[in-house]
Amino acid sequence: MKSKIDFVLDFFSYALKGGVKYYTWLGILALFVIPWAYGSYQQLIAKGMVVTGFTDQISWALYEGSFVFLIGVAAAAVTVVFPYYVYNYKPLKNAVLIGEMLAVTAIIMVMVFIIYHMGRPDRSWHMIPIIGIFNWPDSLLTWDVVVLNGYLGLNLICAFYSMFKRYTGQPLNEKFYMTFVYISIVWAFSIHTVTAFMLSTMASRPMWFHSIMPIKFISTAFTGGPALIIVALLTVRKHTRLEIPDEAINMLSQIVVWCLGIALFLLLSEIVTELYPSTEESFQLKYALFGMFGLTKLVPWSWASFIMMIGSFVLLLIPRVRKNYTVLPIICVSLFIGIWVDKGYVLTVAGMIPSPLGEFSEYTPTWIEIFILAGNWAIGFMIFTILVKGAVGVMLGDVRHPSAAGK
Amino acid sequence: MPAEEKKDVKGRDISRRQFFKEAGAVSAAVAAAASSSVVGPEEAEARTTFAEFFQKNYRLMTDEEKKEACDRLEQRHSEEYGKKVTVDGSPAMKDVLFGYALNIQKCIGCRSCVHACVKENNQSRHDAEIQWIRVIRMEKGNFNIEDMNKGYPNTPNEPFGTKIGGNAYKGAGVVLEGQHYYQPERVPEKDAFYFPVQCMQCENPPCVKVCPVKTTYRDPDGIVVIDYNWCIGCRMCMGACPYWARRFNWGDPNLPAEEMNPKTHYLGNRPRMRGVVEKCTFCLQRTRKGRYPACVEVCPVGARKFGNLLDPASEVRKVLERKKVFRLKADKNTYPKFFYFID
Repeated sequence: MKSKIDFVLDFFSYALKGGVKYYTWLGILALFVIPWAYGSYQQLIAKGMVVTGFTDQISWALYEGSFVFLIGVAAAAVTVVFPYYVYNYKPLKNAVLIGEMLAVTAIIMVMVFIIYHMGRPDRSWHMIPIIGIFNWPDSLLTWDVVVLNGYLGLNLICAFYSMFKRYTGQPLNEKFYMTFVYISIVWAFSIHTVTAFMLSTMASRPMWFHSIMPIKFISTAFTGGPALIIVALLTVRKHTRLEIPDEAINMLSQIVVWCLGIALFLLLSEIVTELYPSTEESFQLKYALFGMFGLTKLVPWSWASFIMMIGSFVLLLIPRVRKNYTVLPIICVSLFIGIWVDKGYVLTVAGMIPSPLGEFSEYTPTWIEIFILAGNWAIGFMIFTILVKGAVGVMLGDVRHPSAAGK
Repeated sequence: MPAEEKKDVKGRDISRRQFFKEAGAVSAAVAAAASSSVVGPEEAEARTTFAEFFQKNYRLMTDEEKKEACDRLEQRHSEEYGKKVTVDGSPAMKDVLFGYALNIQKCIGCRSCVHACVKENNQSRHDAEIQWIRVIRMEKGNFNIEDMNKGYPNTPNEPFGTKIGGNAYKGAGVVLEGQHYYQPERVPEKDAFYFPVQCMQCENPPCVKVCPVKTTYRDPDGIVVIDYNWCIGCRMCMGACPYWARRFNWGDPNLPAEEMNPKTHYLGNRPRMRGVVEKCTFCLQRTRKGRYPACVEVCPVGARKFGNLLDPASEVRKVLERKKVFRLKADKNTYPKFFYFID
């Protein structure tokens, strides 16, 4: 037990130490916490959700979009875990932990966003089985709770167990460890599938109500997630001694480009299937793409995300661009943002417009919502930075138990 | 429908909202001063909040616990609103399945039902007035010879045949060509008919299925109810409802003490709190006592009929037998117990 406490202390004391650049980065992120705290007070304590731009017509928007998107980011850890463990693709060795740190961070962020999404976060305990009521298996939201908590647990076990063993210099219990790794691979698919099911089973929302949703979610997740991992790996490579071979980056950028290709193909299928017959069910997509009855707030966002996704796809198809590590992170960032806008904003909001009674109304986030959104993301990036820093320390052998020295 | 017509109902203008909030706070304070003979509303709330917070879901309570929960609310609300408030907990009556029938031929769009409902059911009054019934105004379709070649052709290569626009563009009575923000000088308007929508009390309710904590459920008399004290505010039910029947308390509801209806039911019209969903319950505080819902009682043209679907002599059964009846969005397989009919 003592060595476990030592590990946590050593991990975080290493993770929180850094140079000027490191503190500047964390400091910039910390700035977002000030408006976030103000917004959180207004929404959670003082006034309630009335401070947001939500209405009875558009009752799900930015917060839900963010958690849907982030579940995808969490699932994307599998894009490093899978090739490394199943195909034994060695160059990804040092990337695995970073992928798992991303999964842990993303799930924590998802949970934070859910708190802001709920009207009564103080009653969350109503969902805990035995003391509350857990409407499982009827409600797909309860499935989401199960898979998300399970995934968080799996990733914490996988990542921290392997780090702890490195810390103490003991060998891994392969059977124990690999069991959890394989479960987590399957589980990663389940989290985003269930999230997609949660939306796609709402028959009153035609934009969501089709069977393409789960696979589209997974393909966009496996684009946005590894895009962020690439940026993280390149940053780690630049600022630490940790060895990340080019092959690791190239493998991930290939995963990105092909999953993006599938996502774009599914998008095309969706557009043709909906817009060709142009029934009333297509109005939500039409509203997102072209606006309807002069209401066009979503249109620039839709097209911006298309341009970012299609542009990135064309550029990434060229091997020379894919292997240029100055251009690659820029493409990855724009892709990450593009997919967030597509899944986290356009899809969620358009599913609400028009309402089931055919009413068109528009959604404008309030400043408080934007403060909270930015703050949650900044906190997420802070957690990710600190976890990655600590993990890199473990991988480099800088974070080691005194008894493990020399092993 | 035009965007500018949204403002009046949503009323989401910040400065105005804050003004109302402050105005609400002042009037609440005045009411409190008038009623402070026993104990202040804040103190009363603090005392019961703890017990209320840890209470079980209403459906799982024993009869005793139900009574306790109701008594607790009675006491709190009496002190809060400065008058004797009763919180009833009557269960569904035996051999009763409530049904509703609405004559769209008779409805004149006066919205008496909407306002009677708000008054009866203690909805938030301002800073977003919550209304459970919305009346959709449907434009009557018409075709004119002058419009013959207006609009734009659907098939650009062939200047004849199907056209989007022109005569065919005129509304012919689908929901998308209706709107529920109309403000006419007088009703009925010549060029419109009206289509009220509220909770359909579906037999196969999508909202109940998606609720993660089973706070919304179907009672044996067919009413889909909500335990407001158990709702976590996730709004899955609002996403799932094909009839847009559910409303959310985005902020603290504003219910002035003098407008509060003191005869309440735990699952019905008792005052709600911030962050929970609410909707029409067919006024179960009335109907479980053998009375008509407020909207039925107030309708000046007798367009609204209500009764026990299991009783062959009930009005609603007679409507089903004799009139041409349909249900809204039957394709969603929700089996509403709210029927529309024409003579």
